[in-house]
Amino acid sequence: MADNKFAAYICSGCGLGDKLDVGSLEKIAQKEGKMTVVKNHPFLCSASGVQMIKDDIANEGVTHLCIAACSRRAKTEAFNFPTAAVSRTNLREGVLWVVAEGSDHDEVRQEMAEDYVRMGCAEVKKMKLPEGNPNRDQAQNKRILVVGGGMSGMTAALAAAEAGYEAVLVEKTGALGGFAANLWKRVPFSSPYAEPQATGVEEMVAKVTGNTRIKLHLNTTVAETGGAPGRFTVKLARESGAVSDETVGAIVQASGFTPYDMAKLPELGGGQANVVDQAGLEALAKTANGGAIKRADGKIVTSVVFVQCAGQRDDTGTHLSYCSGHCCATSIKQAMYFKDANPDVDTVVMYTDLRVPGMGEDFYRSAQQKGVIFTKGKASKVTGGDSCKVEFSDLILDEQTSVDADLVVLATGQVANAGVNLDAWTEVNTAAEGGNEEAKVKRSGMKTISVLNLNYRQGPDMPQFKHGFADSHFICFPYETRRTGIYAAGPTRRPMDMLQATEDATGAAMKAIQAVENAAQGRAAHPRAWDLSFPSARLEGCTQCKRCTVECPFGAIDEDEKRFPVFNEQRCRRCGTCMGACPVRVISFENYSCDTVGSQIKAVNVPDEDEEKPRILILACENDAYPALDMAGVQRLSYSAYVRAIPVRCLGSVNTIWITDALNGGYDGVMMMGCKKGDDYQCHFVKGSEMAHYRMSKIGDTLKQMGIEPERVVTEEVAITDNARVAKLINDYAAQINDLGPSPMKGFG
Amino acid sequence: MSDLNTQAVARYKNNFLREVEERVEEGDMVKMCMQCGVCAGSCPLGPHWQHSPQKIFMMIRAGKREEVLTSDSMWMCTSCYNCIVRCPRQLPITHIMHGLANYAHRLGIAPKGQPTREFAKTFWNNLIKKGRVNELTLTLAHYFANGIGPGIQIALNMQKIGLGMVLAGRLNPMEIFGGHSVKDLNGFHAVLAKAKEIEDRKKGFSA
Ligand code: SF4
Ligand code: SF4
Ligand code: SF4
Ligand code: SF4
Repeated sequence: MADNKFAAYICSGCGLGDKLDVGSLEKIAQKEGKMTVVKNHPFLCSASGVQMIKDDIANEGVTHLCIAACSRRAKTEAFNFPTAAVSRTNLREGVLWVVAEGSDHDEVRQEMAEDYVRMGCAEVKKMKLPEGNPNRDQAQNKRILVVGGGMSGMTAALAAAEAGYEAVLVEKTGALGGFAANLWKRVPFSSPYAEPQATGVEEMVAKVTGNTRIKLHLNTTVAETGGAPGRFTVKLARESGAVSDETVGAIVQASGFTPYDMAKLPELGGGQANVVDQAGLEALAKTANGGAIKRADGKIVTSVVFVQCAGQRDDTGTHLSYCSGHCCATSIKQAMYFKDANPDVDTVVMYTDLRVPGMGEDFYRSAQQKGVIFTKGKASKVTGGDSCKVEFSDLILDEQTSVDADLVVLATGQVANAGVNLDAWTEVNTAAEGGNEEAKVKRSGMKTISVLNLNYRQGPDMPQFKHGFADSHFICFPYETRRTGIYAAGPTRRPMDMLQATEDATGAAMKAIQAVENAAQGRAAHPRAWDLSFPSARLEGCTQCKRCTVECPFGAIDEDEKRFPVFNEQRCRRCGTCMGACPVRVISFENYSCDTVGSQIKAVNVPDEDEEKPRILILACENDAYPALDMAGVQRLSYSAYVRAIPVRCLGSVNTIWITDALNGGYDGVMMMGCKKGDDYQCHFVKGSEMAHYRMSKIGDTLKQMGIEPERVVTEEVAITDNARVAKLINDYAAQINDLGPSPMKGFG
Repeated sequence: MSDLNTQAVARYKNNFLREVEERVEEGDMVKMCMQCGVCAGSCPLGPHWQHSPQKIFMMIRAGKREEVLTSDSMWMCTSCYNCIVRCPRQLPITHIMHGLANYAHRLGIAPKGQPTREFAKTFWNNLIKKGRVNELTLTLAHYFANGIGPGIQIALNMQKIGLGMVLAGRLNPMEIFGGHSVKDLNGFHAVLAKAKEIEDRKKGFSA
């Protein structure tokens, strides 16, 4: 490997040259930053500026660059030098645009710019050029495993196959089709959205079985899954007892749903004669085969009441608290079964809010046209039997009343078949590992419902988000889960109807394809899909504390027999949460480590107490907070020139050493900005922000020992839209630091 | 209970919605209401009605025949059309309100003495006599609807306006003697008779 050669390029365009003394910045890069090559350019992102850098890389052997110009989020295409390690120093959004105008501020503006140049140089000195997963040649498998042969699973397998990827489709029953195979008809997918349609299951099955790229395993379950994207090894168990192995690159979990058990709804007649759920009604309709629908006792149904939201949207905590989204349209469809066979059948759909997403409004209107009666009311009691009675409160007429019917249909909800709940699992597993025999038995019992049987340290299935669904963040990152290379599709991810499930499955198949392609190139998956860096641990220093293996939000780290962490690079999303967790700081990425950030913190010139220029360190999550800071600059919202901001991959990657180093070094305060945490988190790495808040809540003692007021360290939640708020947060905090006075540590560093 | 009403009850049994669909002007749109309540919120008469249009439609679907037809709610409609322009389901609400009122009237179960109903009767009777509205007799009939005393009182109050209209040629005092008619009064009456015949047939009042 050739020797490293460091260079700094300082831009004087965009007005930087007018307000900053670029000559002195150059001197700092040279003398303090120890850059071998230092150049300035009036328009660095222009073709000639970029060419200048390229020439230096090609002819001068420059391997490491510090570009002191605009934010790292700007001009990414111009400043793309794949063969060099690059740090970006933010003089434009971070200094020029946010420091108040006027010559009064010339001095602090220049000081801020000088510090940022020092920081950029210090950072790049510690960086290495990321080269991708070194074991990527073992992660070249591009086959896609699809678990579940229902509508979602078949769609995913076909989508993968049609895109040119081999699919392995595993179905635990003896036939494809899943829940959809038991339907008489489905809601329409296309205009005019007026009539129930044939399910299309048979055509789909024919397509799947006729596709040479799809390998089908019926009567089969997944007995064990191990490995990582590009190299998953999956043990398949046949009902017969036979076991086979498949190697795949990514997995789509389309394990579907189970209708909420109506036996839990005795007050709504669950379990009584002539009270069925929607699945039960489909069975009756299938038997009727287009003719008059009969009850189980053979009587032709002349009146039917559909009770919506049965055991759903329940705020008492007894039943499902959510809306399953499909059941209003499903009841509409089922009411049409009756009306289409005989318009004289009385059909009442009893709802509190009729929710028909997509083009469901048209379908609803069509049912009204057919004479289905929609009654806004809440059923309080259903009595089954020969003549059923639905007692309800009419929400429009504001009265308690009742209606009789031959048959009552309960619209119960979808319960995800998402496997083992990992929170419960962790508890039992920890006890079992501690030798508790009872827990061991319980653990094997729990495992029987596992879908994937992952041999991961963090448990056998995907973590569940809310209400037991295997989602990770449906608003910011649809299709993402918390197990890299494994994508949930259909009602196991969130409640949905068949059309949504097919779209969802197609999306999941596309994500799976991205995952195998990224893995083959040794790159990370979403949200750092371009990232070639990967975590490595100096195991000589590891104390086997297990923090990294427990805290990794994506279950990327396993443990070997000696309890050392085993990094599965392709499972890793490169968030750095493990790096933030490690108490002995042995985890690092080539271009992001305790050193790359620590050296920046140390590079800042901290003025003496009597200069009355405090220094505030900002560690800003690069996903939301840092863009918000940039936007504050774009909008010319000024904030204190005493802050020095460092972008971090995720607040979870913040190692407490940075905080203590900063405070020891005489900084007057540290402000952390990360995404929203908690149940409605917006953290791009799910748990990072939460972990950071948690860790910071624990450093009080350390601060006390140092004799530092705890208010000097603050953690804020910042959204990407918070540009105005960020400026205010900083200024308020700077005022607070001003009131506190200089840090007691100043001068000791 | 009138004969017509008894017949209607027998004919539609408990299916009031079907009765409305068949017999009330634009009644076939009632089933399309989605109970959003926009009409109820839009109606300027809202606070003064017993039942908003939304509620009336729900009552029809719930089979509350008696309550709907004897209610004075639909008689309160001023035909402002606020509800029609706002209804997301494009129900011709105003027309249905009038249709319901008309139907109740026809069955003889509309509220007695309801002012709108009384005025409508006066107006209709005045109109069909000559094929045109006789402003003078209509006005007087209206003034004296509540008896001689109040009639004289209103007439005196309106004296100035009346004189002004006479002077401006907008009111002919001679119209008090029967007034003039449309050109072909017999033809006009024949049109009305035919229309009634068609309507009776359509709405199932006759064979
Ligand atoms: S947290 Fe650090 S010390 Fe603990 S196991 Fe992980 S690498 Fe080792
Ligand atoms: S914590 Fe983040 S960086 Fe560390 S192994 Fe897990 S996913 Fe990768
Ligand atoms: S047209 Fe009649 S019902 Fe409609 S808003 Fe006006 S007054 Fe109310
Ligand atoms: S606005 Fe239309 S749809 Fe809404 S309640 Fe009134 S009539 Fe029904």
